[in-house]
Amino acid sequence: MSELQIRKIVAGYDSAPVLRGVSFTVPHGSLTAVLGPSGSGKSTLLRVIAGLNRPVEGAVVVGGRVLSGPRVHVAPERRRIGLVPQDAALFPHLDVLANVGFGLPRAQRRATRALDLLDMVGMGAFATRMPGELSGGQRHRVALARALATEPDVVLLDEPFSALDAALRAEVRGQVRQVLRRAHTTAVLVTHDQDEALSMADQVAVVDEGRLVQVGTPAEIYAKPASRWLAQFIGGALVLPGTWNDGTVVGPLGTVPAVLADGHLANRGDTVDLVLRPEQLSLRTVGSGGEGVVAMVRDVAYFGHDAVVTMDLPACEQPLQARVLGDQQWRPDSEVLVSVRSAGLAFARQ
Amino acid sequence: MQPARVAAAGGSEATLAPRRRWRAPSMRLVLPVSAVVAAMLAAIPLIYLVVRVAQADGPQIVDALWNARIATLMVNTVGLVLAVAAACLVLGVAIAWLLTRTDLPGRRAWLVVSSLALAVPSYVAAFGWIATTDVRGFWGAFLVLTLCNVPLVTLPTIAALRLADSASEDVARTLGRGRSRAFMEATWPQIRPAALAGVLLVALYVLSDFGSVALMRYQAFTWAIQVAYESLFDRTLAAVMSVVLAAMGIALVAAERRMRGAQARVGSTVAARSKPIPVALGRWRWLAQGGLVVMALLSLGVPLGALARYLLLRTDTSTTVQPGDLLADTLSTVGLAAAGAFVALALALPIGILAARFRSRLATATESASYLGLALPGIVVGLSLVFFSLNVAPMLYQSIWMLAFAYGVLFLPKAVGAVRSSIVQVEPGLEDVARTMGLTPARVWARVTARIAWPGIGAGVLLVALTAMKELPATLLLRPTGTETLATSLWRLTSGTAYAAAAPYALVLIAVAAVPALLLTREVAGGKRHPEETL
Repeated sequence: MSELQIRKIVAGYDSAPVLRGVSFTVPHGSLTAVLGPSGSGKSTLLRVIAGLNRPVEGAVVVGGRVLSGPRVHVAPERRRIGLVPQDAALFPHLDVLANVGFGLPRAQRRATRALDLLDMVGMGAFATRMPGELSGGQRHRVALARALATEPDVVLLDEPFSALDAALRAEVRGQVRQVLRRAHTTAVLVTHDQDEALSMADQVAVVDEGRLVQVGTPAEIYAKPASRWLAQFIGGALVLPGTWNDGTVVGPLGTVPAVLADGHLANRGDTVDLVLRPEQLSLRTVGSGGEGVVAMVRDVAYFGHDAVVTMDLPACEQPLQARVLGDQQWRPDSEVLVSVRSAGLAFARQ
Repeated sequence: MQPARVAAAGGSEATLAPRRRWRAPSMRLVLPVSAVVAAMLAAIPLIYLVVRVAQADGPQIVDALWNARIATLMVNTVGLVLAVAAACLVLGVAIAWLLTRTDLPGRRAWLVVSSLALAVPSYVAAFGWIATTDVRGFWGAFLVLTLCNVPLVTLPTIAALRLADSASEDVARTLGRGRSRAFMEATWPQIRPAALAGVLLVALYVLSDFGSVALMRYQAFTWAIQVAYESLFDRTLAAVMSVVLAAMGIALVAAERRMRGAQARVGSTVAARSKPIPVALGRWRWLAQGGLVVMALLSLGVPLGALARYLLLRTDTSTTVQPGDLLADTLSTVGLAAAGAFVALALALPIGILAARFRSRLATATESASYLGLALPGIVVGLSLVFFSLNVAPMLYQSIWMLAFAYGVLFLPKAVGAVRSSIVQVEPGLEDVARTMGLTPARVWARVTARIAWPGIGAGVLLVALTAMKELPATLLLRPTGTETLATSLWRLTSGTAYAAAAPYALVLIAVAAVPALLLTREVAGGKRHPEETL
C-alpha cells in the first residue's frame, strides 16, 4: 500500500515560504489533482514530494515511511517516486527505449520490461526513435512510461499537458488516466486547468497563495465550493447579492431556493451572496407562461452542443450568463424569461 | 493622358526585359567567380608552403626532420596542448555550472570578471608573469595559456547549459541517480559538444600560440619555427615544421566544426520551458567564491599588477619608453591593422554573400577555405608569405601590402562571419518586395540589402582591425624593416627584460583587446556568437 500523506508542509526558496502549511492525503492507487492559479505554490509542492526541495516544516509520508520530516530527508533517488515534468524532459541523447530504461538496472535496460511499458502507453513502435522525432503527445506518453518503469510508489505529473494543443490534450489526458489506473499507481497531478482537474482526478486539492483552500471529489468541489473565490475559479459562477430568507434568497432573480455554504451562518434578513452556475439558469420565450424574470439578451456565443447567452437584468449591474442547450435559438436584443432550475449556494457576508 | 502613360510603361517594360536578361546571368557569374578567387587567395599560404616543401630534396627533408629533434618538439607541443585543454575543460565546465545552475551570489558580475581574461592577449599575460615572478618553461606556458583560454570553454558551455533542459536532471534523480551522476548522465550529454568544441578551440590557440611560449622559453613548434627561420640555414626545416603544424591546425578546426554541428543538433531537440531552480551551494559557496577569486587574481591580477608596478614605480629613465616611440608604434599599428581589415573585407564580401544567400556546394567550399585563417597559426602564414614574396613577388617582400594580406587571410573567418550574419538578417522577403516595386537586382542590393547589412559588416570589420592590432608572429616575420607595432615592441622589450619600457605597450594592448571581449561576452554566453569572435 502506498498512501501519500502531506502533513503541514511549509516550504520555499531562500527563506521566502511559497507553501504555508498544506496537508492532505492521497489514497493508494488514486489520482489527486492539485489545482491552483500560477504562482500558488503547486509546483513547489511537487518538488517537495519528489525530494528536490527540502521543506522547512511538515512531513511527507508514503505508505507509512517518512520521506521528509524533522531531521529526515530521503534523497530523491531513494524515494521511489516518479516524475513527469512539464515538457516531458526526455533525455535528448537517448532513444525512446533507453529513456524508458534509464531507471532500470543496466541488465534490464533494453529488456522486455521497458518494451512492455512502451506498449502500454501505445508507443511500442517507436522504441528506436530519438526524442526529437516525436510529437508533443508522444513525448508525454514516453515520459510516463519512463516514470512507471521503476514501479514507483507515487507518480508526480507537473502540468503534463500544458504544452499540447487543445484537441491533443483531451486525447492524451484519457490515455494517461487509463495507464495510471491499469498500473494501480498513486498519482499527483499539478495543473492550473480546472477542466483537467475535474475530468481526470479522483480527488481535487485546491491551493491558493500557498494554502490549501479545499479538498474533495470533483463533484464536491464543483457543487459546494468553500469560498466565492473558489466558486468563480472553478467553472465560472454568477455572484448576485440577495437577502437570506431561510431556504431561499430574494434578489434580482426573484426568490431562488438556496442552501448556505459549509461553515456559513445567516439570519433571516441578512444580506448574502448567491452563487449560481450558468447551467443552473433556464431560458424561455416571453409569454410562454411560468415564473421567471425578464432579461434582455445582449450576446449569444453558440458552440453547437450548447450556447452561452449573456443577458442584462434590470435590477442588476453585472451581466448574467446562462449555459443552455444549443437546440433553441436566442437572438440578441430580444427579451427572455430567466428562471433558476436548482438550489444555489449562499455565502454570508462578513 | 491615361493611354499615353500606359504606353510609356509598356514601352519601358519592353526595353527593360531583355536588358535584365542580359544583366542577370552576369551578376550570377560575378559573385561565384569572385568568391572562388577570394578563396584561392586565402589558400595561398597553405598551397605555397606545400609547394616549398615539395621543391626541397627528399633527403634534405629527412635530414631536417632528423636533426631538429622534431620528436621532442612534437612531444613538447602536444603535451602542452593536452595539459592546457584538460585544465580548461575542467575549469571551464565547473565555472559555467557555478554561474548558471547554482545560487552563488554575484553570478552576473562573475560572468563579466571571468571572461575579462579574454582581454589580456596571452603574450601580454606572459609579460606580466615574467616581469613579476620566476615562473618559466612548461609551467609558465601552461599557466598563462590556461588562464587566458578558460573563457573559450566557459562561455559556450554557459550558452549550452542555458538551453539544456534542467528538468531532465530532476527526472534522473527520481530514477535513482545521485547529484553528480544525474549531472553526468542527464546534463553533460546535452552540453558535451559545446564544451568539447570550446576545448578544441583552446587546443588550436595553444598550438598556434607563439608569443607566450617564446617568452616563457618553452620549446614548442611555433618558437622552433621562428628560431629555424632566423638562423637562415634551416629554412627547409622551418617549412617542414610549418606543414606539420598546419596539418594539426586543420584537423583541430575540422573537429571543432563537427562538434559545433553536433551541439546544434542536440539544441534543436530540447525545448526547455521551466526555469531551472538553482542548486543551493550552502557552505560550499565560500569555496566556490574563493576559487573564482583566485582565478581572477591569477588571470587579471598578475598582468595588471605587473603593469601597475612598472608604470607607477618608474626607476630609471633609460629603461622607460619614449612617448614618441609609443605614439609612432600606435600609429603604424593602426595603419597596418586598417589595411588588413580592408583586405579581409574585400576577400570576405563575395564569400560571405554567397554563403548567406546560396546554399550550394560552391558556397560551402569557399566558406571552408576561409576557415584556413583560423586553422593556420600566424607564424605559418607569415613564413609561407615570406617564401611566396621572395620567390614569386619580390617587389612585395617586406612591404606593408604583404603584411596586410597576411592579416586579411588570418582574420578572414571573422570578416566572413560578419558579412554572412549581417546579410542573413536581411529578410529575403524585403528583396522580393523591392523587386515587385520595379528595382533591378543590383538596385535592390544597393538600396535594401546593403543598406540594412552595412552596420553589422562595419562593426565586424572594426573588430577585425582591433584583432589585427594584437597580431604578433606574422607581424614579426613580415613587417618592413624598421617598422614596429605595439605587439612587436612589447615582444622585443620583454625579451630584452626592459619591463618598465614594455609596460605602456601592454596597457595599450589590453585596452585594444578589451573591446571585443567586453562587447561580445554576453552574446557568446547567450549562444548568439562563437567564442573565437571575442579574441
